[in-house]
Amino acid sequence: MLTPVTDGDGAPFWEYAAQGELRVQACADCGEPRFPPRPCCAHCQSFASRWRAVSGRGRIWSYVVPHPPLLPDYAQQAPYNVVVVELEDAPRIRLVGNVVDHAGAALNSLDTQRIRIGARVHVVFADGLPQWVLA
Amino acid sequence: MAVAGLKDATAIVGIGQSAFAKHLPQDEKTLACRAVLAALEDAGIAPGEVDALASYTMEETDEVELAKAVGFGDLTFFSKVGYGGGGSCATVGHLAAAIACGQASVGVAWRSRKRGSGPRPWTNTTVQLPTPAQWTRPFGLLRPADEIAMLTRRYMHEYGATRDHLFNVALACRNRANQNPAAVMYERPLTREMYMTSRWISEPLCLFDNCLETDGALACVIVGRERARDCRHAPVYVHSAAQGLPAQHHGMVNYWNDDPLTGPAWTAARHLWKHADFTPDDVDVAQVYDAFTALVPLSLEGYGFCGRGEGGAFTEGGALEIGGRLPLNTSGGGLSEAYVHGFNLVNEGVKQLRGSSTAQVPGAATCLVTAGEGVPTSALLLRN
Repeated sequence: MLTPVTDGDGAPFWEYAAQGELRVQACADCGEPRFPPRPCCAHCQSFASRWRAVSGRGRIWSYVVPHPPLLPDYAQQAPYNVVVVELEDAPRIRLVGNVVDHAGAALNSLDTQRIRIGARVHVVFADGLPQWVLA
Repeated sequence: MAVAGLKDATAIVGIGQSAFAKHLPQDEKTLACRAVLAALEDAGIAPGEVDALASYTMEETDEVELAKAVGFGDLTFFSKVGYGGGGSCATVGHLAAAIACGQASVGVAWRSRKRGSGPRPWTNTTVQLPTPAQWTRPFGLLRPADEIAMLTRRYMHEYGATRDHLFNVALACRNRANQNPAAVMYERPLTREMYMTSRWISEPLCLFDNCLETDGALACVIVGRERARDCRHAPVYVHSAAQGLPAQHHGMVNYWNDDPLTGPAWTAARHLWKHADFTPDDVDVAQVYDAFTALVPLSLEGYGFCGRGEGGAFTEGGALEIGGRLPLNTSGGGLSEAYVHGFNLVNEGVKQLRGSSTAQVPGAATCLVTAGEGVPTSALLLRN
């Protein structure tokens, strides 16, 4: 499986995820959340940021079901779902992820027929990656 | 009278291409040289007169190597445009701007590509992932098809667009390819049954929603309007040109933009029409970038052929076919002629305005050509 290749801006997201926390970058001056992480606030041009804890609740904004040809580790689990989750307390932050049956379960552990746009999900963590389960 | 910017100041006077196939024996540099020489021959201009080049950042044929191999003169302008298929029209736009303001006099743009027989990144686990992919690839969103399928699903959900609408796009392209002996899909008709029962690539996109994997090269030659009158073919004027990179855009995975369904096409279109003497209603034929069928309804909305959310319905009733409201991708496009990062759409626009297309729109006098929607993009309005 592919693991995140992090950069300086994104590294805190993955460090918090490894501790089982979902946090998003926000401007320390004007409070505007931003994603993906970056050095400067597009709203007020401040370089000060903080990592704000979020509830981990959200709704499915869209989803796809990939089929092979795929990288071998992913092909073995296909078809599986990939979703974009819109966070409840930061609606313009949408995270790509997978809806699974339970934390640590395979990408194809949930019947794709159960996925709907608008469905409520909440975050769980496995191996340093956020995953989503139906709420 | 003062020159009014770029409008009709330059023209495309030569076009050239290699064969298109899943596999061609020549390498990319050889294909590029052949396409460029064919375009210069078509224009009646000697290689030694070329002083400007424009290509894509993803083009593997370096301009130094091309200039040496083909025998160009001293070059005073060269430019590379990023973002893959978003760069096709911008190569022409950059040359038009350079020539219009006197930085050069004869420009060549080209694209050579061996994607049909070359490596595919998603078959190789050792491929180096760029860091922005940290937000998508670990979750199995691996290919452009997956990234655009995500926007497609949301688009269908918000506006009621259907797979039949996507099929209309695939069918129009295939029907035109069936008229074009140079197209990869020349003798391979498509039916609704074939489309609806084909295998999934990334639901909701099936096999026929995806462009071809093709080896091939194309080139075109651009000169100022005075010079253009002395060339072999009637000039095809660059009436308007634009690039588009919207605020807070994030490339193919534009999911965290405020409004992910209004992409770079909207930005390019505003500039394109602002500098044009005509409107979408006056466009006789369109070459719309079609790496995926779903990009077409989005582009139809972006470039103003219909309202927001109406792109799917626009495809109904044969609107995209010859004789329809907006004949589209008349060479077969990326879906059915060849996928050469959209450069075949530029050359087909020229053929239409010369009256020499294999699927000629009678009396075509204006053509829109677009580059990839979903990435920082570009577009051209051509007229004869």
